[in-house]
Amino acid sequence: MKEGYELIYKRPKALVDVRMHYCPGCFHSTIHKLLMEVVEELDIQDKTIGVCPVGCSVFAYDYLDIDMQEAAHGRAAAVATGIKRMLPDRIVFSYQGDGDLAAIGLAETIHACNRGENFTFIFINNGIYGMTGGQMAPTTLEGQETTTSPYGRAPDKDGMPLKMAEIVSQFEMVAYVERVSCDTPANTRKAKRAIRKAFEFQMKGLGTTFIEVASNCPSGWKCTPEESLNWLKEHMFPYYPLGVLKEPSKKKKGNAARRTKTE
Amino acid sequence: MGEIRFMKGNEALAEAAIRAGLQGYFGYPITPQSEVIEYLAREEPKHNYVLIQAESELAAVNMLYGSAGAGGRVMTTTSSPGFTLMQEGISYIACTELPCVLVNVVRGGPGLGTIQPSQGDYFQAVKGGGHGDYNTPVLGPNSVQEMIDHVYLAFELADKYLTPVVILSDGAIGQMMEKVTLPEPIPYKPNKPWATTGKTADRERNILTSLFIQSEAMEKRNLRLQEKYRKIKENEVRYEEYQIEDAEIIVTAYGLCSRISKKAVELGREAGIKMGLFRPISLWPFPSKQIEEIASGDQVKFFISIEMNAGQMVEDVRLAVCGKKPVHFYGRQGGIVPTPQEVFNSIKEHLK
Ligand SMILES: Cc1ncc(C[n+]2csc(CCOP(=O)(O)OP(=O)(O)O)c2C)c(N)n1
Ligand code: SF4
Repeated sequence: MKEGYELIYKRPKALVDVRMHYCPGCFHSTIHKLLMEVVEELDIQDKTIGVCPVGCSVFAYDYLDIDMQEAAHGRAAAVATGIKRMLPDRIVFSYQGDGDLAAIGLAETIHACNRGENFTFIFINNGIYGMTGGQMAPTTLEGQETTTSPYGRAPDKDGMPLKMAEIVSQFEMVAYVERVSCDTPANTRKAKRAIRKAFEFQMKGLGTTFIEVASNCPSGWKCTPEESLNWLKEHMFPYYPLGVLKEPSKKKKGNAARRTKTE
Repeated sequence: MGEIRFMKGNEALAEAAIRAGLQGYFGYPITPQSEVIEYLAREEPKHNYVLIQAESELAAVNMLYGSAGAGGRVMTTTSSPGFTLMQEGISYIACTELPCVLVNVVRGGPGLGTIQPSQGDYFQAVKGGGHGDYNTPVLGPNSVQEMIDHVYLAFELADKYLTPVVILSDGAIGQMMEKVTLPEPIPYKPNKPWATTGKTADRERNILTSLFIQSEAMEKRNLRLQEKYRKIKENEVRYEEYQIEDAEIIVTAYGLCSRISKKAVELGREAGIKMGLFRPISLWPFPSKQIEEIASGDQVKFFISIEMNAGQMVEDVRLAVCGKKPVHFYGRQGGIVPTPQEVFNSIKEHLK
């Protein structure tokens, strides 16, 4: 570093210095970076354990320099539950796509939230199955074309897209729910702040924390990265509005001790 | 000396798990094994384990996976329909090489079946059960005492070989009461440097996965598993013999059927028929070599496998006997437990 200069933007040290496999413009890489920035800022690299889903982020453990477990498709919430209950003083998160969290793993998601499992969901809602080549997800928008809804999602046969953040914020034991995005620098900063808050609430033992990222999938959406940002604004945000859906009440005390006592 | 008690199989198993240093239990109620989770729930305040009544067996087995990966001594129990749901998780746990114990207190099937005892899940347990090339050690207790002993053994094997271990019991052993000796609690101090406990500065990150996208890496993991299974086959075969030395008729049976068959052998001996019992205790690895040796005996006329199913273990017996002697089968299904006299009669059929 040249004298007189200050490095103000760099790769967080918990983000492994390798090329990621994600498509150009995909938010997965941005969110990985935000996560590791938060881990670095909170100085919790040695205490953080992540759970990868089955989906495009199945290889997240190649990029995040923390202990991680791979879960079967949809089971990340149950796996994270097992880890957190064994190691209550660690910071545990699951990182899941919409197929993983809202389709095949919906029961695990709902019940972990209902029990108030004290870990953080990082839910990447890109409205499509990225990894398997762009099939319809439970969050695919009405009329949206995918390889399995080639004429557009039809609510009369496919149902309506699931609003997961709205659903889980109904649960008493869920402490914090926010929907964020990474389409602009301002929103990206908000996303990071949300992740940080979620981890901090988890460290206080307040219950389940749930960050939904209204994300993109340029490859699955068959558009350029730039077009994907426009599509987010025009179609995703109106149906999946950004913002805080639930915050812990000031009175709320941590209840993690009751539920997690081994070690 | 251990403590003597009169206990139900399922409760004895639960108590044994606590004494073996249980740190996490994840389960979903299903007859005939719900006493396990109920017992553990009652005892929970006195001990230091985590207990979750999961939303399904699918969730339970994945909690098991997560907590085993985090370094815990963990167990789940279920019965047949639940064991089917757990197959996904068992395949992942076997490939990821995590130690844990799963108990199947088998009931009659297929489908929703019956809550009565059965051995219909033998194939599912000893042939892997889920997808991919894997096996798990499988123990077949035949008494309430062995429900206890096998829990200790299962945890030991799991840690030694980094594998899920299955205890294949049945509804009768789970439900019946017998006098047992409870072992002393053992202090459990795990040494699991591979566990995901948080990456400290002195080590690389721990990654627990069963994903090997490159074929070469996947084959390497498969070969590693097969090498482990070879070692288990070499070292962990368990069986019991009764009046085998001069026997002309070899009855093979495991679990509850081995006790019934023992009585049938006694009936045979009283009638002057030279019968003996060979009882596999480890159902995988199967005591094939021992059976093969017995089959080579000149005096042996035939084998007969007694089971509470349509004929499952008999296939492993046939493979072991390898055509040296005839291998017959007698079984009852649907939750019906054969009587010793009935078994004896079925054997006599082949003497005509
Ligand atoms: C039991 C099972 N069913 C199906 C699959 C195939 N599969 C892999 S990823 C995936 C969907 C992933 O979509 P999503 O969760 O939205 O994540 P994304 O790839 O978009 O990040 C599916 C169906 C699987 N691996 N396991
Ligand atoms: S397929 Fe979609 S979600 Fe997957 S990496 Fe590419 S852009 Fe991202």
